[in-house]
Amino acid sequence: MKPWPASARLWWALAGVPAAFLGLFFLWPAGTVIVRGLLGADGFGGGDLAGSLEVITRSRTLDAIVTTVVLAALGTLGSLALGLPAAWALSRFSWRGARTMRALVTVPFVLPTIVVAAAFQALLGRSGMLGFLGLDQSMAAIVLALVFFNISVVVRIVGGAWESLSPRMADAARTLGASPARAFVRVTMPALRPAIASAAAVVMLFCSTSFALVLVLGGSRIRTVETEIYLQVNQFLDLRAAAVLALVQVVFVGIALWVSARARSPRPPAAVEPARAPRGRERLGIAVALAPTALLLTLPGLALLERSLRTTDGHGLDHYAAMVGDPPARSTLTAPLWQAAVTSLATALVATAMAAAVGIVTALLVARRSRRASALESLVMLPLGVSAVVVGLGLLLTLNSSVLGVDLRGSWWLVPIAQAVVALPLMVRALVPAARAIDPRLRAAAATLGASPWRVLWRVDAPLLRSATAASIAFAFAISMGEFGATAFVARPDRPTLPTAIAKLLSRPGIDNVGMAYAAAVLLAALTAAVMLASERLRTTVGAEL
Amino acid sequence: MSGLTVRDLRVTYPGRPPVEAVRGVSLEIARGESVALLGPSGCGKSSLLSAVVGIVDASGGTVRWDAEDLARVPVHRRGFGLVFQDGQLFPHLTVGANIAFGLEMAGMARAARAERVAELLELVGLAGLGGRAVTELSGGQRQRVALARSLGPRPRLLALDEPLSSLDADLRSRLAVEVRDILQTSGTTGLVVTHDAAEAAVMADRVLRMDDGRLAD
Repeated sequence: MKPWPASARLWWALAGVPAAFLGLFFLWPAGTVIVRGLLGADGFGGGDLAGSLEVITRSRTLDAIVTTVVLAALGTLGSLALGLPAAWALSRFSWRGARTMRALVTVPFVLPTIVVAAAFQALLGRSGMLGFLGLDQSMAAIVLALVFFNISVVVRIVGGAWESLSPRMADAARTLGASPARAFVRVTMPALRPAIASAAAVVMLFCSTSFALVLVLGGSRIRTVETEIYLQVNQFLDLRAAAVLALVQVVFVGIALWVSARARSPRPPAAVEPARAPRGRERLGIAVALAPTALLLTLPGLALLERSLRTTDGHGLDHYAAMVGDPPARSTLTAPLWQAAVTSLATALVATAMAAAVGIVTALLVARRSRRASALESLVMLPLGVSAVVVGLGLLLTLNSSVLGVDLRGSWWLVPIAQAVVALPLMVRALVPAARAIDPRLRAAAATLGASPWRVLWRVDAPLLRSATAASIAFAFAISMGEFGATAFVARPDRPTLPTAIAKLLSRPGIDNVGMAYAAAVLLAALTAAVMLASERLRTTVGAEL
Repeated sequence: MSGLTVRDLRVTYPGRPPVEAVRGVSLEIARGESVALLGPSGCGKSSLLSAVVGIVDASGGTVRWDAEDLARVPVHRRGFGLVFQDGQLFPHLTVGANIAFGLEMAGMARAARAERVAELLELVGLAGLGGRAVTELSGGQRQRVALARSLGPRPRLLALDEPLSSLDADLRSRLAVEVRDILQTSGTTGLVVTHDAAEAAVMADRVLRMDDGRLAD
């Protein structure tokens, strides 16, 4: 069947939309970062590799690199340690409350990282509920937050494979004389290995791009490559060092992506049997498997809520009320917090509009597989291949100036642009499978009934893609609202978004600052949850892949 | 010659090596006549049909209707209907809206459309089912709707690609007779692709055998 659009010239013309968007707002900025990282400020002539090496061999840098690796490894191991038992309990059996637990496990995945960082700070910080553990500004606190985030990834990927694994295989092993434990080790585990490897790789990727968590929870003690980039830009004003570090980060993410591509789990066969009710000791097993996960997933949220209500003399809504008033003394905010909320909503709306326009065109162009389609798809997925911090730094280095006669210096536009670049690949990822699921013969049928290519698009593709599109737009909006990594570099200090305002407040002393930060985090979580809930209603597979 | 004239038609699919599905086929179908293309699966009969309708590009040869060369006429302007093996009904539209689709593309007014849809539902023996969702239909009903939908805009040629092979044997022989009757009553020129000799004999006035991309004589 012929591809859409039938004319190659039209295809290339439309492909110009995503190409121009990404070229200007991603390739050029990210390319500049890499060139500067390798060759120094001017980038041309007299390359200065020695300077780059000098940055890499600084003890600060080596520290940050080691910390990044250790955090990623511990975060991955911890996520597997809690996620695998949870996947077993949730995919193998059906019981009362399994649904609620499943929903609870997926919640962290859609929460903005800054909210999770604030919640763990509320729980483990010095005056937190578990402050007596002494985990304030510790590696352990960051690892716990990473695990909190990534249990859902393990449950989704491994649980999915486990669900479609027939228990008959283990049963067969039992009839051959294997104990339950041996049957598990010899039959079930090998069948799950590809899914576990794939989950581990994805978790590792997320762990090495957890900027907000480390920035907030690590305080001044723990620095990863990403937070080091931020410090070099904001405190030491050393853009050269930042660019070199960004290059290191690109390599990190590249390795994680390469591993995850290699470990991509094969599509498991369809489920053979529905999950059954647990029996006897299995009930105890489920309780033991899920208890730590349930605790880890609920405590930070409770702590965040409690701290947002805690005042100097008891509990009350003071911090929420303060969001509409003047910013607290000793904070670095210059405007009331509600303005940050408005800025966040406005930028997220603009970012979503940009991502949607580019994303929908891209999804339609790549729906039919071909060589040019996969080239375009890879281009659009590229921002996933570098961390948001690098996107932000790149925009700061290039577009924070006059571009093509348009003065973007300190412009408000840089923020939605950065958020759109971050949201675009995830949006396309959600849309493309839906577009590919439309049988090309359906379009051919419409054409033989007299529908022109544009009418086929409008009358067949559009209605069939409506719910996936709405869901991916909600997804892009939620990502933009919570985006921190790139936004932190381009948001103007006097016009923060909700996430950057929260980070600022958290870094200042005083119950007024911290309390308001927690209240704002609750507000941001509620806004994001509302958007995601609306999209969940539209029944989708958004985020199923990553 | 009035009707369909195919001259030395070739269809080649890209690949290494390229697959020559149709290797120079010539045939003629007079107006009002039904012709069956009979052959084993993979003989190129569906590719030939697709190239005639215009949903795949021919790599050589010509397709004419009366004297008009259709090479540069896009699918939606050829006026050729197509019934797929598995119906390909629009899942987001009701039975009635599926059948009305082609009428709407032809710019028919709403009232006239409703009337014609009722008439077509009657023709395929599904009177009164216009409001149903297509997902509620049985396999046989789906093919009837697909047939009605294709006949809607009164195509000058109706192509049927294995229209009955997804149905069970009993239903198949009954529907084959019905398809022939419907083609005859509506005076539609027909081109049916099938791998079943009995079915071909029932549905068409003339049977052409195809093998390995060529017509057998």
